Parts: sequence; structure tokens; C-alpha cells
Amino acid sequence: MVNMEHPAMAAKVLPADRQEIIVKDLNLWFGKKHILKGISISIIPNNITAVIGPSGCGKSTFLRCFNRMNDLIEETKIKGSIIIDGIDIYSDKIDVYSLRTKVGMVFQKPNPFPKSIYENVAFGLPIKGITNKNAIMEKVEKSLKDAWLWDEVKDRLNASAFELSGGQQQRLCIARALATDSEILLFDEPTSALDPQATNKIEKLLIELKQFVTIVIVTHNIAQAARISDYTAFLYLGELIECGATDKLCTVPKDKRTEEYLTGKFG
Amino acid sequence: MNNRNLKQYIGITATRVITIISILFLITFLVFIFSKGWKVISFSFLFESPREGMTKGGIFPAIIGTLYLTMLSITFAFPIGVLCAVYLSEYAKPKWLINIIRMAINTLAGVPSIVFGLFGLAVFVGMFKFGVSVLSGALTLGVLILPIIINASEEAIKTVPNDFREAAYSLGATKRQTIMKVVLPTAMPSILTGAIISVGRAAGETAPILFTAATFYTRKLPQSLSDEVMALPYHIYALMTEGTHPDAQIPIAYGTAIVLLLLVLSINAVAIIVRYRIRRQRKW
Repeated sequence: MVNMEHPAMAAKVLPADRQEIIVKDLNLWFGKKHILKGISISIIPNNITAVIGPSGCGKSTFLRCFNRMNDLIEETKIKGSIIIDGIDIYSDKIDVYSLRTKVGMVFQKPNPFPKSIYENVAFGLPIKGITNKNAIMEKVEKSLKDAWLWDEVKDRLNASAFELSGGQQQRLCIARALATDSEILLFDEPTSALDPQATNKIEKLLIELKQFVTIVIVTHNIAQAARISDYTAFLYLGELIECGATDKLCTVPKDKRTEEYLTGKFG
Repeated sequence: MNNRNLKQYIGITATRVITIISILFLITFLVFIFSKGWKVISFSFLFESPREGMTKGGIFPAIIGTLYLTMLSITFAFPIGVLCAVYLSEYAKPKWLINIIRMAINTLAGVPSIVFGLFGLAVFVGMFKFGVSVLSGALTLGVLILPIIINASEEAIKTVPNDFREAAYSLGATKRQTIMKVVLPTAMPSILTGAIISVGRAAGETAPILFTAATFYTRKLPQSLSDEVMALPYHIYALMTEGTHPDAQIPIAYGTAIVLLLLVLSINAVAIIVRYRIRRQRKW
């Protein structure tokens, strides 16, 4: 069910010259283990790029390079660069905390804070320096509307986030990530803990959201990648095997390994 | 009944009997104390000062003294204990250092309470010149309950799911913001439970205040932090060992024991209620 009166449709503000995200020769080690091996790829703005591949191929780790969440893991070593808005996020000058307000993330398991619905969405705003109550309320309302959750929660913003269903919680997490004016949203298998209906709703939401954010989604589910993504990248054992427009990659893969994965020979 | 069933039956019966015996200890203990002391309990016992060489009157100053001592000790120990737990669980590195600190804390927890008394006498009464006072006693008790608070807080912080930390980081929060806004508020109910239990512990201790805070008899309530105070556990000790009218003093001692027991039980009951409410609300 597509909500045609989605507020994003009304106020269609497209940043005119949003640049590509360029990943250049990205290598990552956890200790001595070489996890990502020389990945280079461009992520097209305001599109959905799906990252697929068998378990343990490094796709989640790859996703976490975009908001530098791997920094939190000890003994991580990264070489190469990721250029967002013309700036290498792995250069010394970058402030990793403001980077993360710009590059939001939604996790595999819905992880709202044990706080109210309102507090969850508002969480990132004081961190960004927004402390005016009215401004925060406006932002919370807009983000909840953008995440298709407003109508379901507008009468109980002070209720605990845990009262929501799994799908609602995941949309709350999306609203939370949108609230800080993220330009890029990273999704790490966002529907793997959800039932088919909730999954369906989130997929439709993502297609709506790409109007104002760039989306990178890691998914286990090839069919999901085919349904929602514009571009697909296939990762295998830490290497980028193939990437390109989703309809091409899924129908006529160039590499034999991609074909084998798509047809279920491994994975 | 075949052999295996018989063994099973004997095993279950044995554990049941042993359990009943240990509960019987508690019951006889309570019956004994209550039967010896309930006669002296009255409104005036709770709200009057002792009179006529401890043979008449009430224990009001001792109740107030114990409240002062415990409240003050938790005021010192709580922030220090929680911050220490935050450091240990979120910041401390490397592993061997954490292990040494943890060993030190556990050693502190195992020190006999009379040694804390001597320590308090030497450090707070002597070195810092606080004298025998509420302040010295509360600080000594504070050191005594510090390990309890640290351990309870560390356990509480450990149960905060990593998902919450990741969510906070992914929204641009620094480590400090993550701890202050997510980790501590999530862990706080469990931390409070630990703190309340440690209050109960502090209320019942005699040895640490023996040389640092307690006095056998004072007419007035403590006016400042440098005053000596009466305290319930020490009052019992004093009634049983000092004074000249044991016949009149011993029932009062048992009555005081009942009051102390009820005080500690109700503190623990509060902890149980808090814990029950958290468990019911917790959904992660």
C-alpha cells in the first residue's frame, strides 16, 4: 500500500548537485585478517544501492565503513578512501561525530532506545546543536511523517518505544536517523527480523525515501535487492566481484561467481 | 517402588528437609528476637530519648543517628562507585589493569568490618582531624559499601545491550554522550537497586562506627557533621556490654534489634520492589 499523500511528495527538495560517493581502493583488516580487499565503487546519489553476497563476505563491514562504525572495533586498520561531498572521510581533518549525523544507519534488529517515541526521534538533535524545543518538535514530526509512522504514533509520542511492533520500531529507527538531516542512510539487513507485511512496508518506504537521501542497503535477500535497488554490488570473500544496474546484474551477470550466487549454487 | 525411584525419592526428600531446616533457623531467630523485645516497642520507644541510665525511655536519637550515617555514606559512595564502574566497564584498558583494579575492589569487599573501623579511626578521625563524628563514620561506612556499589553498577552497565550504544554512536554521539544519555539511564534502575541494598548493609554495621562516630549516650540530636551520634547497632552493643542495670537494658536491646531489623528489611523491600518493577518493564 503506497501512501500517495506522503509529505516528501509535497515538498520535493532535491539537492541539485549532490555528488557521487566514491570508494577508492578500500582495504580493511581486523587484526591480521584481511576483510575487505581493494574495493572501488561509486554510489550514485538519490538511488538505492544494494550490497549482496554470502554470509561472512564482509558486506556489513563494508557498510560500516561509510559512517566509520568500524572505528569502534579494536585493531581495525583501514587503507584507501571514501569520498563524500568531495571530502575523504578517512582523512585526519574529518570530525567523525558530525560525519555520523550526516550518514545515518539502521540496524538489522530494531534498536530503539528504552525511551519514549518522542525522545528516540529527538535523540540526535541536541547532539547536532539543536536545542530549541519548538524546532525539535517540528523535526520530530517531520521525521515521523517521512518514516510513515506519524499517524500511528501521533497520539502517544510519550509512550515507550517498546510498545511499538517490530516494523514500527524499525520505522522509528529510520525516523531517528532522518531527524539529523542525514544525506545518506545505511541499512544493514533492515528487514531480516520482520514479518513479510512489515518488510513490504519498509521496502516501499525506502523507494520513497531515495528522493531525498542516498541509500546503501545490505541484504541477504536477492529478491529484495531486485525489488528495490537501482544498483547492486556483489561482494564475495571481501572482494567486489561485480557491480552495476540491478536489472542487468540480476538478469545477465558478467561474472560466473555472481551467476552461481544468484542461482543459489552457494551462499 | 523400584530402586531408581527410591533413590530419587530420598534425594528430593533430603533437599527438602535441609531447606526447611534453614528456613527454621530464620524463623526461630525472628521468634526469639521478637519475643524478647516486642514488649518495649511503643510509640514513645520510637520517638523519645533514653532516660535514667538507659533503663527507660526510647531510642529516637539512635534511629536518627543511623539514618544520618547511612544517608551521608551513600551520598559519598554512590557517585564515586558509579563513576568507578563506568571507568571499569567503558574506558579502562588494558585487560590486566582492569583485572588488578577488580581484584583490589574484591579485596576491599572482603576486608573485615572492624578493620574498616580502625582505618576510619586512623584516617578520618586522626589524619583528617574530623574527630569522632557523623562525618568520619559516614565516610568509613562509605568506603565499606563502595565495593558493593561498584560491583552492582558494573553488572548493571554490562547488561545494557550493545545495540543501544551502536545506535547512539550512529547518531553522532560521542562516547561521553553515549554513556550519559543512553548507558547510565538504561542501567540506573539496577544501579539503584544495588545502592539501596548497600544502604541496608551500612545501616546494620557496628564495627566501622565503633571508633569513628558512635557514642553510647547523647541527649541531643546531631547538630552538625562533627557531632557524635547514637546509632542502632552500636546502641544494642552498648546496652549489652555497658551500664549497670542489665535486667532493664537487655529488653531494650532486643527492642532496638527489632527496630533495626525492620529498618533493614524495609530498605531491602524497597530494593525488591524497584527490581520487580524494572523486570516487568524491561523489554530488551
